[in-house]
Amino acid sequence: MTHPDDTPAEIVVKRFLYVNRKAPHGTIYALEELEMVLIAAMFEQDVHLAFLDDGVFQIKKNQKPAELALKDFSKTYGALEDYGVEKIYVEKESIEERGLTPDDFIIPTTVLRRDDMSALMESMDVVLTA
Amino acid sequence: MLHLVNKSPFERTNLQACLNRAVPGSAILLMEDAVYASLRGTSQSDLVAGAVNAYDFFVLAPDLAIRGLDASQVLQGVEPVDYGGFVDLTIDRQTVQSWL
Repeated sequence: MTHPDDTPAEIVVKRFLYVNRKAPHGTIYALEELEMVLIAAMFEQDVHLAFLDDGVFQIKKNQKPAELALKDFSKTYGALEDYGVEKIYVEKESIEERGLTPDDFIIPTTVLRRDDMSALMESMDVVLTA
Repeated sequence: MLHLVNKSPFERTNLQACLNRAVPGSAILLMEDAVYASLRGTSQSDLVAGAVNAYDFFVLAPDLAIRGLDASQVLQGVEPVDYGGFVDLTIDRQTVQSWL
């Protein structure tokens, strides 16, 4: 629909949080969530990513899914910065439960305690979990 | 925030994951296979029973009915809602988080 005076309507920027809770290769959820992140970034939204529970395995270094003829989308996380997506959080309890540290991740992350993760979720306009 | 949980607590940990992060005062709607978490007298009843003071719990009544269950079997502090009630919750609580 054309705006009456032909000026484009102003973009509404919302705070989006994409919550990743599933390990990367057993199901399609992680890849699909990443596609949604890129779409939101292209629409210039205020995009945040959180990794908790088994979702922290999505950003583990040295994944070799190609050995099972699976797509290596872990590389795409490294490209998020180019899309302006730099607000990336991991939950401290989730990584400790799984014997991981931030050094195990392919991208720089901010580590949040569970309470702070809850507060982050509450501060969002839209939360999409997979 | 309105949290949606749709997996059975006997098979999956989605409800526990939600409870670990939901801020007190949040609404939690148990729907689809998560309605089994709303029942009295199961090995998983304590999950919800232990949290009814911290959260506003709801269970989707049509999802109880199709499973041969009804409101009389539901834990105290869990309010059955119909589809209209579900819609009202999404409006009242503004943000919705679905714990897939």
